[in-house]
Amino acid sequence: MAVTTAPPATSHQHARPRPPGRRAMPRLKTTLVAAAAYVIAFVFVFPYLVMLITAMRPQSSLREATLLPSAWDLSSLTGFWSSGLAGNLMVTLKVAAGSTILVLLVALPAAYYSARHDFRGRTAFLILVLVTQMFQPTAMVVGIYREFFHFGMVDSIWSLILVNGGFNLAFAVWILNAYFSSIPRELEEAAFIDGNGRFGAMFRITLPLAMPGVITALIFTFIAAWNEFVVALTLATTPVNQPLTVALNSFIGQYQVDWQSLFAGSVIATIPVIILFALIERKVVGGLTAGSIK
Amino acid sequence: MRRLRALEPLAWTGPAVVLIALVVLWPVVEMIRSSFLKINRRGVEQGFYGFANYDKLFDEKDFAEIMVRSVIWVVAVVALTVLVSLALAQLFNQRFPGRRVARWALIAPWAASVLMTAIIFKWMLDPEVGVINQIRLKLGLIDALGGASADQLGDASTAMPWLVFVAVFVSVPFTTYALLAGLATIPADVYEAAKMDGASRLRTYWSITLPLLRPALTVAALINVMNVFNSFPIIWAMTHGQPGYSTATSTILMFILKGSNIGESAAMSVVNFGMVLVLTVIFLKVSRWNKEVA
Repeated sequence: MAVTTAPPATSHQHARPRPPGRRAMPRLKTTLVAAAAYVIAFVFVFPYLVMLITAMRPQSSLREATLLPSAWDLSSLTGFWSSGLAGNLMVTLKVAAGSTILVLLVALPAAYYSARHDFRGRTAFLILVLVTQMFQPTAMVVGIYREFFHFGMVDSIWSLILVNGGFNLAFAVWILNAYFSSIPRELEEAAFIDGNGRFGAMFRITLPLAMPGVITALIFTFIAAWNEFVVALTLATTPVNQPLTVALNSFIGQYQVDWQSLFAGSVIATIPVIILFALIERKVVGGLTAGSIK
Repeated sequence: MRRLRALEPLAWTGPAVVLIALVVLWPVVEMIRSSFLKINRRGVEQGFYGFANYDKLFDEKDFAEIMVRSVIWVVAVVALTVLVSLALAQLFNQRFPGRRVARWALIAPWAASVLMTAIIFKWMLDPEVGVINQIRLKLGLIDALGGASADQLGDASTAMPWLVFVAVFVSVPFTTYALLAGLATIPADVYEAAKMDGASRLRTYWSITLPLLRPALTVAALINVMNVFNSFPIIWAMTHGQPGYSTATSTILMFILKGSNIGESAAMSVVNFGMVLVLTVIFLKVSRWNKEVA
């Protein structure tokens, strides 16, 4: 690939020497900036590389004080699927998928209507959503536990779906509302006049245009529910009902920590999430700060 | 028919309101109610208890210390996060080859589960084989692996800085991205004008960049205050608040109490809630948020 591009900068400089000074400075600065940025980028991925390497260490070399193992062993990663942790991953998947669907069903109509129509209580509704975004489940875990204790829903997957859906609803409504508001009303009205019903206009015109917002809201909810720990730690009491985060945490208390399996589970749980997040990162920043920056 | 139209907003936004009420508001009420009840170990209510739960909480031997530590924890983590993020945003805002990839690396700690990141750091700080201790050995900071000096998490004076480090590590990506978004909104001609006036780099940053960055900075810091105060998995996974209660924050104490006395735990939650509210108000006052963003 590099062959077809321009010759390296050094040969160019040799060909036509010029006094060092002002022209050379920006290049040096760029090099320094790039070097610093790469080092920092490495620092931020380093723990996850350690996680991956540890997951591939053979049992015998786990307690070796070396950066890299002398031999590699993939059995923790491949064995994950037949271990009990695979069941916990399924719980995580169900909770994350369930919460995402719940958020979609509840947030979409609310965001659409509050963006398109002025009604009594609209401001109150939007303020309620904004305030909810400030609430953290961790701070309220005792109340959440007491509530589901009343309902007899402790240790049920449905309670986790409800809680994760509820706490991520605000972000979804907020970002969807912004997207729907940005789509001109006239587009929808034109489709309405063309003989599509009101719902037809909504589904054929508005929804496809708001798709980036919808996808952002869905992925964001999915990841938040996927990573959630504190509520699950409180509500999911029996091991088979625990999501992966809680199951992995319970490894630590054990006398002999099985670090390879622990990190194999972490690797499998982390990689899809990082990829999904990279897709929506820009819009998430906008969504989280949109309530306040105008 | 008119009656039906009046009910229309309810049909669209009702489910969202119900979900928020059920999952977010109900637990708040339940939490406050529980803090005034006598509740036995099996969760059965045994009548009104007045302020007895609060009295018991305030009489806990380590209570005052834990509250002070919680405030220091929030202030230290948020302040360091903001400072580091300001520098990183400036760096990653420069043009250099591979910038996109370098920026992507920053996503990892943000997307990954905080619990898993904390577990990796616990492993990297392992006294015998942890990577961080291997590096410290090479740098001559410790004489040997496995000794007390390698057991950084075993003593509060060395554990606390590491906990703060991990909390900053997971908070920096979002904050940096929010600041990068803020930097992108500053028009280039403002800088041109400053250059024409012969302003120095530092002067330009201090008088132009920082004030214009203020809305993004405030929102990002505010979101961090809430997250960090409620930050639970880091301390829970790395030290469990130990030795003793020497690395515990109020959220950790709340969770430990939940196992023994849920009424007292509820009282801790209410105090915690009040603290977040007070901190938020102070923060908004200090940063004069209302004046800047309107």
